[in-house]
Amino acid sequence: MSEAVKTPDTILQVQDLNVKFSLRGRVLHAIRGVTLDVQRGESLAIVGESGSGKTVLTKTFMGLLDQNGWVDSGSIHFEGEDLAAFKTEKDWLRIRGRKIAMVLQDPMTSLNPLKTIGGQIGEALELHQGLKGPAADQRIQEILLDVGIEEPARRMKQYPHQFSGGMRQRVVIAIAIACQSRILICDEPTTALDVTIQAQILQLIRDLIHKYELTAIYITHDLGVVANIADRIAVMYAGDIVEIGTCEEIFFDPRHPYTWALLSSLPQLGRKGEALYAIKGTPPNLFNEIKGDAFAPRNPYALNIDFEQRPPYFDVSPTHKVRSWLLDPRAPKVEPPESLKRIQAQGGSFYEHC
Amino acid sequence: MQHEGRELLLQVKDLEVRFGTKRHPFIAVQHVNFDIYKGETFGLVGESGSGKTTIGRAIIRINPTSAGDIIFKGEKINGPISKELDRRVTQQIQMIFQDPMASLNERAKVDYIVSEGLINVAKDMPRPQREKSVAQALADVGLLPEFASRFPHEFSGGQRQRIGIARSLIMEPEFIIADEPISALDVSIRAQVLNLLSHLQRKKGLTYLFIAHDLSVMRFICDRIAVIHKGQIVEMSETEKLFANPLHPYTQALLSAIPLPDPLLERNKKLIIYDPACHDYAVDKPRWQEIEPGHFVLANEQEMEGHREQLATSCRISS
Repeated sequence: MSEAVKTPDTILQVQDLNVKFSLRGRVLHAIRGVTLDVQRGESLAIVGESGSGKTVLTKTFMGLLDQNGWVDSGSIHFEGEDLAAFKTEKDWLRIRGRKIAMVLQDPMTSLNPLKTIGGQIGEALELHQGLKGPAADQRIQEILLDVGIEEPARRMKQYPHQFSGGMRQRVVIAIAIACQSRILICDEPTTALDVTIQAQILQLIRDLIHKYELTAIYITHDLGVVANIADRIAVMYAGDIVEIGTCEEIFFDPRHPYTWALLSSLPQLGRKGEALYAIKGTPPNLFNEIKGDAFAPRNPYALNIDFEQRPPYFDVSPTHKVRSWLLDPRAPKVEPPESLKRIQAQGGSFYEHC
Repeated sequence: MQHEGRELLLQVKDLEVRFGTKRHPFIAVQHVNFDIYKGETFGLVGESGSGKTTIGRAIIRINPTSAGDIIFKGEKINGPISKELDRRVTQQIQMIFQDPMASLNERAKVDYIVSEGLINVAKDMPRPQREKSVAQALADVGLLPEFASRFPHEFSGGQRQRIGIARSLIMEPEFIIADEPISALDVSIRAQVLNLLSHLQRKKGLTYLFIAHDLSVMRFICDRIAVIHKGQIVEMSETEKLFANPLHPYTQALLSAIPLPDPLLERNKKLIIYDPACHDYAVDKPRWQEIEPGHFVLANEQEMEGHREQLATSCRISS
């Protein structure tokens, strides 16, 4: 939709990134060769189960990997620098917050309970823009209004415990805005919130992306949530992007069996009395070397070659890439499951009365 | 739908729960009325702080009630009751909790976690028999019997929630209160747990009170749904009727907040935000009224007019 207006301009370029962790003497291969381009001004959603590596991937953009993790190979190009080569904390301080900011999952734990929220936003303003005193106060109030908090002059003097969960998440977003960063990473910002509040926060993030011309990377496990917010969607499984495409391509023309499985397990598509589609088995253990396609053992459509050789990316369209042998011209033709056809049917019936 | 001939399992009449002190009371829940029939799944939906969990906890006797009656199988179970009845209620009503990461004792083995209820209620049950029922409960939820000797941290979120379900099943309850059993789980695991719950219902003839904040899950699992806002039920109906004709503005707001897995619809969707000030209740007081068979709504006379009109139009469209 919005691609036509923008000139393709890559802000962040990830190439063949491998991240490993050392745990109890063993090596865990968390990110297995991810290649990803993030365009300026787009909002990209990364979707996957817990443990698929979506959070680890974005943490490498900010140098926030745990002590026992490291970038094994590959590069992350951002504004002419290779973030993967950064060694010292001093390097990272030029990027973290200033260029790339993050909104975390749980607003109950990501704010400092001992400081007023005005103070916490002011901290970011002072550090990144050198604003102090009345100028900072005024800017804080503007930002609070932007994130939908009324009476900013009174509210900025309050402490986090005086805010509800949704309001706290707005404060966290306000801090990220105050950093004036180019990229905003939202790591499951609505998982801890109610459905009604979730819808409001999603709308807020979308409005702010427009207003501040941000590039957003949105992480979630729920494909149902991202239809609203994402221009493009990347589906991750076992530390690898298995399918990437525009929002419409992923929802209306998914090609990877894992994307099919994720979509058909949404309760929105279920029918009462029928069993909901559930993915069998568990994700692979990343301590072990993975041979072939990581999803093959859980994939009802798996071919013999899936157990032998890792599939390359096949291009469905210039924007739609899929890592699955099913798209090889020699592979048998497989139809996606029936329940996916309900996406349009059921979505419509949900809404026609409201 | 007609409920004649169906056995009434639980009745909640004019329930009120107060917290705080006498001088500064906080009324968490008031004027709550609903019936639950045997074998059905009754959904209670509302945002956090609306009192839906409080109702569940009042039924299972964790929160004391300040007014009203809770009647289970013809007997009043709130307030002071006899030891013998208390024991029976403990066995027949069980609860499944929200967060499987927090609701299991980290220091106990699965064997103990699952059998703790039996140890409390059936003290003289011989050990081999107890072990057998643990194995059976684990098998019912799709776990292997050898898991009994492991600790909770060795399991994934979905498996932990299964342990929580096994713990309630071992008491052979008739009625299970599921308090947001899938909110803390991943989407793919949600499907497994929902399927398990409906499978167990069919197999064992269970009755569920399903508490959640997400209507999309409700539609999949519930027979009837009550929508609760600020401690009061504002609308109650069979699931499909509620989705077809949401009457109360709060229900409409909840429905509009469901994220749709469809980018075209989602981008054009208008989010309804519920503002309690939209009601004019100064003179015309709201009452709890039945607008069509089995469909109740909290509204005053003026609003009822509008609701009736809406129902009539939608009937004309569908016929």
